[in-house]
Amino acid sequence: MPDAAKVRIAFRVNGSEHIVHAWPMARLLDVLREELRLTGTKEGCGEGECGACAVLLDGALVNSCLVPALHADGASIITIEGVAQGEQLHAVQQAFLEHGGAQCGICTPGMVLAAVNLLEKCPNPTEADIRNGLAGNLCRCTGYMKIFESVVAACKQQR
Amino acid sequence: MNVFEYANPTTTKEAAGLLAAQWGEAEILAGGTDLLSLMKNYVATPKRVVSLRGIKELSGITSSASGLRIGAMVTLQELHDHKAVHDDYHSLAHAAGSVPSPQIRNLGTVGGDLCQRPRCWYFRNGFGLLAKDEKGQPLVPAGDNRYHAIFGHPGGSPGAYYVHPSSLAPALITFGARVKVAGPKGEREIPLASFFATPKREGERENVLMPNEIVTEIILAAASKGMLTATYEVRQKEALDWPLATASVALRMSGDKVKSARIVLGHVAPVPWPAHEAEKLLAGQTITEDSAAKAGEAAVRGAKALSGNKYKVQLARVAVKRALLEAAAHGKEGMQHG
Ligand SMILES: Cc1cc2nc3c(=O)[nH]c(=O)nc-3n(C[C@H](O)[C@H](O)[C@H](O)COP(=O)(O)OP(=O)(O)OC[C@H]3O[C@@H](n4cnc5c(N)ncnc54)[C@H](O)[C@@H]3O)c2cc1C
Ligand code: FES
Ligand code: FES
Repeated sequence: MPDAAKVRIAFRVNGSEHIVHAWPMARLLDVLREELRLTGTKEGCGEGECGACAVLLDGALVNSCLVPALHADGASIITIEGVAQGEQLHAVQQAFLEHGGAQCGICTPGMVLAAVNLLEKCPNPTEADIRNGLAGNLCRCTGYMKIFESVVAACKQQR
Repeated sequence: MNVFEYANPTTTKEAAGLLAAQWGEAEILAGGTDLLSLMKNYVATPKRVVSLRGIKELSGITSSASGLRIGAMVTLQELHDHKAVHDDYHSLAHAAGSVPSPQIRNLGTVGGDLCQRPRCWYFRNGFGLLAKDEKGQPLVPAGDNRYHAIFGHPGGSPGAYYVHPSSLAPALITFGARVKVAGPKGEREIPLASFFATPKREGERENVLMPNEIVTEIILAAASKGMLTATYEVRQKEALDWPLATASVALRMSGDKVKSARIVLGHVAPVPWPAHEAEKLLAGQTITEDSAAKAGEAAVRGAKALSGNKYKVQLARVAVKRALLEAAAHGKEGMQHG
């Protein structure tokens, strides 16, 4: 297929402007990983069921495996690589480190982004809020309690 | 994925003009949460994808004295968070909020929820909506049918056995919602209760849309005063799955007695399934454990379980009972107003 069918997509990723040329229905996930080499975003199921590919698109948590790259044109995206400020980890990342929130680490980028997004929208979440906020993220190592405790700890830290 | 053309119209009219007169040639792209999977698995192989993203008139919820107008591109999260929806159409807000995961609710749209394709694993694996083998025999009755229909299917004969996946449809129907659709010949309005259809032949779809028609908005009449509503879903787990059975109820009350009831089941038939017998039974009654249980009983009368889904009859029965009790409890708390 000729390159001419590719489309130009201009977007902000982790604060810097990028222009890429991609197939219109290329998944945002692939553009982030393959074009921008931001491999922190993972692919698990590829069908919206696991959250390993979660990113923030204009402040909303989405599964990048279900977003056509073209829908990201003009948008601002935060991936796991954009959560820390330089060497300074986000409170959620620090809490995952200290409370064993990551085992193999495949689900961790998505979990961290879901938690960061939750705390932005709702700084004092109830236990139910936390469970709902993370409901789209699956952990195959089933470290759910440690993950949950990490988020609780991050809330306390932020206060 | 196959090679296809991507179109990004800015008006509904332009979009309708870009669609094809035959199913399968072109597909509408809203949030993409379903279409991307369908295309990745070659269940949908359009030559053209028409995105609705750039069409402003399809967004937003407007609330007025005559009711609510919900644009087709409103996301499930927007619907859930909207004040008028939350206050006056409680069971709908609940259904939207129960679609699992913030990620899906942030991308998935109302139009897409109503038009999403069935999750039947035969359909998703290329056997079509009617899921027949090469001799024309239906695969579902003799196969793994644990999540399939208990109503509205033809028994051992060829026909549709999938369940309609929409969580919003049952609640919307209890409110008498209407769908506005636009096509090359202009606009028409259809009651949502007659929007869904069971395909007779392979190649037909699960609703009455023409291949070049677009759902543009959902129209809800003003909520009536003192109406009690609830949606009760039974899910295998809280995350990342469609319900096994859903019941949405809307009760018009006169004091503590039911004046009239609307009860619609979801995820039990190829279309949202109205429980007319149960509705009739409740007229003039107060909602108690006993009357709610009897309504549940009436709602599943006539259910035809397949070899592997008898449990769904019990789930549907209980969903109706619990939805009714929940609606009645809202009345006692004075939580709902109209
Ligand atoms: C893990 C997971 C769990 C889910 N659980 C639930 C659940 O519990 N309950 C539930 O109801 N849903 C559930 N969903 C489905 C989800 O709600 C739908 O995928 C979503 O609402 C579809 O909206 P969309 O805008 O992304 O549609 P798209 O994927 O863009 O489109 C879906 C289909 O509808 C057609 N279409 C879209 N908009 C229109 C329109 N305006 N007019 C005509 N045709 C149109 C498209 O052509 C396509 O065939 C789940 C999805 C996932 C991935
Ligand atoms: S890879 Fe996107 S949700 Fe699983
Ligand atoms: S830590 Fe391994 S999948 Fe969650």
